[in-house]
Amino acid sequence: MSFANSTDRIDAESSFLAVLARQQREQFGESRLPLGQTSQGSTVSPMLTHATTIVALRYDDGVVMGGDRRATAGNVIAHRNMDKVFPADRHSGVSISGVAGLASEMVKLFQLELEHYEKVEGVALSLEGKATRLSNMIRGNLPMAMQSGMVVIPIFAGYDLRRDVGRIFNFDVTGGRYEEMEFHATGSGGTYARSLIKQRWHDGLHRDQAIEIALASLFEAADEDSATGGPDVVRGIYPTIATITVDGYTDVAESEIATLFEALLARRNAANATGGQS
Amino acid sequence: MSMPYYVSPEQVMKDRADYARKGISRGRSLCGLVAADGILIVAENHSRTLHKVSEIYDRIGFAAVGRYNEFDQLRIAGVRAADMKGYNYSREDVEARSLANSYAQMLGQVFTHEMKPLEVEILVAEVGRVPDDDRLFHILYDGTVFDEEGTSVLGGDAETISSRLKASYEPGMDRSTALKAAVAALAGPDRTLAGKELEVAILERTTARRAFRRIENGELASLMN
Repeated sequence: MSFANSTDRIDAESSFLAVLARQQREQFGESRLPLGQTSQGSTVSPMLTHATTIVALRYDDGVVMGGDRRATAGNVIAHRNMDKVFPADRHSGVSISGVAGLASEMVKLFQLELEHYEKVEGVALSLEGKATRLSNMIRGNLPMAMQSGMVVIPIFAGYDLRRDVGRIFNFDVTGGRYEEMEFHATGSGGTYARSLIKQRWHDGLHRDQAIEIALASLFEAADEDSATGGPDVVRGIYPTIATITVDGYTDVAESEIATLFEALLARRNAANATGGQS
Repeated sequence: MSMPYYVSPEQVMKDRADYARKGISRGRSLCGLVAADGILIVAENHSRTLHKVSEIYDRIGFAAVGRYNEFDQLRIAGVRAADMKGYNYSREDVEARSLANSYAQMLGQVFTHEMKPLEVEILVAEVGRVPDDDRLFHILYDGTVFDEEGTSVLGGDAETISSRLKASYEPGMDRSTALKAAVAALAGPDRTLAGKELEVAILERTTARRAFRRIENGELASLMN
């Protein structure tokens, strides 16, 4: 039992991934981490479930993160109410685009990694440290991304308690980490979302303005990209939005999002009625 | 040819137990107690950074007395085991009972097979949704486990402190009353303990996920008054 053996190992390993990899080597003779394992597949299967548009933008108190709810497998809508925005820990969040199964696993491992570090070391990682950790996990997935197109691209955002500012990091498939000063959007509808945010973002946005821009950008992305889900009024499914401030990660209530969407649709309808552009 | 000395197993065990007890009694004591809104863990600890009380998992806390390097290693082993179990199964499957059993096995193993026993006593506390579901597992240097109800005291002077604490303890106390009772019991009749000589943490009953929280500085002072 690995627990009983750990008295003779005095190394204070604070990485959960390292501990997990060691346990798997003991059990299977090799590491079977989903991230960093090489795959035999050669083409990406259309039946793999994909997740799509995610956005993040800074405002005066921190960061707003958002994501649509649709997951697709080829032409099929695989899930209508998938969450793509997650708390990474108290003061940071991670949202995901790419192959849904792998991305969810990456989030789960990333959350554990941060919590494990915090518990073992007695203090949370710096925001930079968290971003570096995520970047290494994405790099571990590079062989799979290259061989079979199983790409996972997250956005990481959080409130930097040491610098008193909200920060956004985006990543590429090689684990490259780039800090965004204003906003970022990625996934199959990311381009459309980004161009809307670009037109409306300015310094010193308030919370409500930032949330409204995030929702409008997701609406725009859903309008153009079939793999991004729009607001589903029939089922009452709306995009996920969360804010991260000095007080931590908070989900925006679905009722608030629903109200904002009604207002957005009303404005569009009014613009259509007068023949003007929205 | 010289004959090896014969030492009876009884004597070996007694010597080891005496050695462990002596090491443990050199340090300061701590106690855990069930209050209305959570489990309070109060330790006499003059260091602000070297913790005796810490978080293991969502609803599980850890506290120890004795040699710091030894119980810190046990703490990390516990965090690892809990995180691994929660990852492999579900967060709901991580519970104090199995953790306490693992600790008991480790301590028992070392006590019987190694030269030197671990000079530690451990408290594994788990907060439930209702006080009846709270768990306090007190584990001794030789692997003996006590499943305690309401209060648990660890350390050299445990018996005296425990009788003082039991005299003032009542089920369903609020956290401030419980804290005062614990501090008075730890201090004894001849001295008083200030906030900076204490390490206090609570496992909050109503927190959705990570229930462990340290009570420090201003909050501690206001609860002690």
